[in-house]
Amino acid sequence: MVSLKPEIRIGFYVCHCGHNIASMVDCADVAAYVGQLPGVVLARDYKYMCSDPGQELIQKDIAEFGLNRVVVASCSPLLHEHTFRAAVAAGGLNPFLFHMVNIREHASWVHTDRAAATAKAKVLARAAIRRAALARELPQRQIPINPGVLVVGGGIAGIHAALTLAEAGKHVWLIEREASIGGHMAKFDKTFPTLDCAACILTPKMSAVGAHPNITLWSHSDVVQVDGYVGNYTVKVRRRPRYVNEELCTGCQECIGNCIYKEPKFPDEFNEGLGKRKPIHIPFPQATPQVVLIDPQVCLNFKRGVLTDRCKKTCVEACGDRKAIDFTQKEETKEIQVGAIIVATGFKPFDVRRVPQYGYGTYPNVYTALEVERLVNASGPTAGEIVLRDGRRPSAIAIIHCVGSRDKKTNRWCSRVCCMYSMKLAHLLKEHSGAELYNFYIDIRAPGKGYEEFYDKLNEEGVHFIRGRVGEVTDWAMIPEEEGKLVIRVEDTLAGVVRRIPVDMVVLATGLEPHADAQAVRRLFNMSCGTEGFFLERHPKLAPVSTFTDGVYIAGCCQGPRDIPDTVAQAGAAAAEALALIDRGHILQEPNTAHVLADCSGCKSCLPLCPYTAIGFDEATHQAVINEALCKGCGTCVAACPSGSIGQHLFEDDEVFSEIEGLLTADPEPTPALAATP
Amino acid sequence: MNAPAQPPAAPPWTPRIVAFFCNWCTYTAADLAGVSRLKYAPNVRVIRLMCSGRVDPQFILEALRRGADGVLIGGCHPGDCHYVEGNYKMLRRFGLLQRMLADLGIPPARVRLEWISAAEGERVKAVINDMTRQLQALGPLDLPGKFADWDAEIADLAATLQTESAKEPEATHTWEPPKVLVQPQ
Amino acid sequence: MKFAYFPGCSLKGLGRAYEESLLPVMRHLGLELEELDDWNCCGATAYMAVDEAKACVLAARNLALAERSGRDQLLAPCAACYLVLNKTKHYFHDYPAMKATIDRALAAVDLAYAGDTAVRHPLDVLVNDVGLDAIRQKVVRPLRGLKVATYYGCQLVRPYATFDDPYNPVTMDRLVEALGATVVRYPLKTKCCGGSLTGTVPEAGIRMVYILLNEARKRGADCLATVCPLCQFNLDAYHAQVRSEYGDVIVPTVYFTQLMGLAFGLPEKQLGLHRAAVPLRWRPPVPEVAHA
Repeated sequence: MVSLKPEIRIGFYVCHCGHNIASMVDCADVAAYVGQLPGVVLARDYKYMCSDPGQELIQKDIAEFGLNRVVVASCSPLLHEHTFRAAVAAGGLNPFLFHMVNIREHASWVHTDRAAATAKAKVLARAAIRRAALARELPQRQIPINPGVLVVGGGIAGIHAALTLAEAGKHVWLIEREASIGGHMAKFDKTFPTLDCAACILTPKMSAVGAHPNITLWSHSDVVQVDGYVGNYTVKVRRRPRYVNEELCTGCQECIGNCIYKEPKFPDEFNEGLGKRKPIHIPFPQATPQVVLIDPQVCLNFKRGVLTDRCKKTCVEACGDRKAIDFTQKEETKEIQVGAIIVATGFKPFDVRRVPQYGYGTYPNVYTALEVERLVNASGPTAGEIVLRDGRRPSAIAIIHCVGSRDKKTNRWCSRVCCMYSMKLAHLLKEHSGAELYNFYIDIRAPGKGYEEFYDKLNEEGVHFIRGRVGEVTDWAMIPEEEGKLVIRVEDTLAGVVRRIPVDMVVLATGLEPHADAQAVRRLFNMSCGTEGFFLERHPKLAPVSTFTDGVYIAGCCQGPRDIPDTVAQAGAAAAEALALIDRGHILQEPNTAHVLADCSGCKSCLPLCPYTAIGFDEATHQAVINEALCKGCGTCVAACPSGSIGQHLFEDDEVFSEIEGLLTADPEPTPALAATP
Repeated sequence: MNAPAQPPAAPPWTPRIVAFFCNWCTYTAADLAGVSRLKYAPNVRVIRLMCSGRVDPQFILEALRRGADGVLIGGCHPGDCHYVEGNYKMLRRFGLLQRMLADLGIPPARVRLEWISAAEGERVKAVINDMTRQLQALGPLDLPGKFADWDAEIADLAATLQTESAKEPEATHTWEPPKVLVQPQ
Repeated sequence: MKFAYFPGCSLKGLGRAYEESLLPVMRHLGLELEELDDWNCCGATAYMAVDEAKACVLAARNLALAERSGRDQLLAPCAACYLVLNKTKHYFHDYPAMKATIDRALAAVDLAYAGDTAVRHPLDVLVNDVGLDAIRQKVVRPLRGLKVATYYGCQLVRPYATFDDPYNPVTMDRLVEALGATVVRYPLKTKCCGGSLTGTVPEAGIRMVYILLNEARKRGADCLATVCPLCQFNLDAYHAQVRSEYGDVIVPTVYFTQLMGLAFGLPEKQLGLHRAAVPLRWRPPVPEVAHA
């Protein structure tokens, strides 16, 4: 063994991870190989390094063998670097004298040749050993956490998360894009499988949000900028004008009755355009906040959004000395400080015009599921009567499942809720109209509590289920009975025949998609998206509400299609994760900041490179100065410095060079130059 | 020194690729490839950096000098950099470096820059397999071997010149048939 | 714009009226078509069913000729040719074994195919390259009052066309509207015309023809407009058989290029309208000349 001064004493551990690593990498062989590398005092292989006994083993060895560096070859550092750093720290070493080698995600799981995978593991370990010898002790910096939480999106997920946090005594800003919170759930009539009324269970929670002293609710608003980092986010929120002062409006709605338009004339968004509203309106009776708003695109006092003062302003008269209506209201941008963010921006229903063969927009009696939710709703545009767009009442209704789901041409995923809501709508439509109901499905997916039983119940009610993806909806009649009807053409895959079924009404069970602006939102919060565009959780099983950005959590359908119970559970989980973070009071910052070395020549090349303006220039010393509080540790300036005068903790040049060398050295030759840096 | 042991029959040559992956997108994508149990060629050895902006061109040259047959740099897609614009910085450096590599006679396919987001595990697999195939076709770069050859050549040349100048201090203008050079002792 | 032009067998035979109307219309719009020298069968229909590899080799020879001609776009007006040429191109790129077969066969006759030629249909070129505005400017006799059922048939938009929706194509609808005609909503626009069934299982084929003609009549169409010589033939030639089986359903079927020719005011004799068994008698109204 070459003697090193001060002596480098590395302990090396290779983890079997049960069979995950051991089945493809010969762990004992890797340990034996690494054991004879310079500076390595001991090399062990062990079944589960992340387990308590594994961590205790490291601590014991540090004491017993006087280790001053620890290298563990196991899974990804993104998963367990924290764990092992903590173990090393508990053993009395500076946690940054630890280095991790990824031989699971990057070797055993992705290779099929055991010899090649073992060889790769050895090379990766060798590089890590060289690099670890150069590791420096670094201070662990603590940063206080702002206890406020931002919740983005006021659907059932955002509402539940906000209430949970507010009940725990945290201040919550709830930002909603629409004029009222409630989201899609507020539009639903009943919820499956219990058939309890959606409004009856949702509106109490909505008013609780509106009344909670710990919740600041900003509806009709968008998050436009997010800066900072975990524990200390600065968020800019744009509050769009509703032309009604929220503080002064009492929600009496006298203005609506006195609008110059005697009758509602414009498509009502809440009723999916099936009903009408006036320019001054409240989205729906239980809207929260209970504040009216003016649509400047259609209000007579505006001309396509521009104030003209043309109207007699009967609404202002009706409002009287409450003086809540303010035509001059301007857009405002507010800035808030929070420690954690929960993104619960929900979904967009699939645009059924993308499947033209189902005739939406061509045949008036083809409806989307959300339209039917309003149609069967007692407070909907037809007061719950099933009256079609052409005024008729249906005697036969088709529900087409999987529209925009499980289809390579549109979206490949199963939207999870359509089978159940289709059955719910079938039940409600039958109850309200007495019509014959036909469900056209690929598979019935009813895997929830009481869901399969609900399917049974529908079968007993005499609802028809025909297995087959519908080919087209057409008004092409072949026999007199089909004249004036919509004909469903479908291959009944159980009977093995092609059927033509004439109906009066078609309901398209639209799938769930990410919002059109999901990519912009993702960038705003520095999250990742899956290929389909839903926000990506940190780990599909073990970190389902965390994202790759610390302090940013996700809940509800923005992460993938799910039903109300799952959404609420996930929102509760996100709130709990946020609580766990902010109740710690501080976070430990990764000390990977850049620092200027003594030989800086003052060329100023680095100054414009830093996106965080963390680099300043000291005129007295004529050298660059890095503000470590602002530095985020990307290392761009380090790579760009022409004289190599900027270093980066944890990623110093000599560390990276030694890793490169370790990866490429052909034989395990002793390196006498190995010495610790003070 | 001990006499070197008889080397075992050398396995067929395959390229060695050093990869620099950014922590947020491409390294995570490589983890995703693992979690998804995608299978790809074992020829890439990954070094994790916080950002593709940290990739010093010297890292790339050093890897080639040390015997890598190719270098792969992976960063976030344009507009998606965790550090706002580190990947653009890398892109600019990469253009300059490619010109320099061309001058050095290193084909551009040997150094590759790819944008791979955290969700694109499939792409990690595709890029690694594709690059491995390409380099397999190109054959070894073997800069260390070439350096040794060049060193030997220069030493040779220097020695020859020394001998020549010792023998013939003045240049002659008459043509002589080339003679066999004698190595100095 | 210059295109290599692949007429295929139909446009020189039963579908002559298609070529007769296509060429003057394209010329009128300033498009130059250069017929491939020494072209051969495209490989469509029965050939494709009997031996796919040989059919693809046939098509590939035409693609190779197009490439050699130096034009990067090949115009194929017949829907069957359009399909097979595109299919061959896809197979060439997607299946290495098929590529090898094609390469070998072409090499035997000193040809090679790189795989780049774009195979285009005139409908795509007219609407997406020339543009509806340019077409509208050429209309001197708008087809005002003519009700047209646009019929695309099975092969044009399925499965390779990228210029329109396979379930509800609308390119021809937009074109015909630009000519001043009215498009009737015709839900059978991509249904089978009866294809080769009229020759093999006549009762099934004739029934299909009847369904298409009858639906067009029910919806008040004066004519069907088509993009495919086989569709035109089937819908035109079997009126007698349809009558004896189902009763009289008389609807003429024209090529979309013939409608363009009428609207552009091109000489009728150039348009081959007289070749149909049930010719379109309707003529656009002569625009009134404004008195000075």
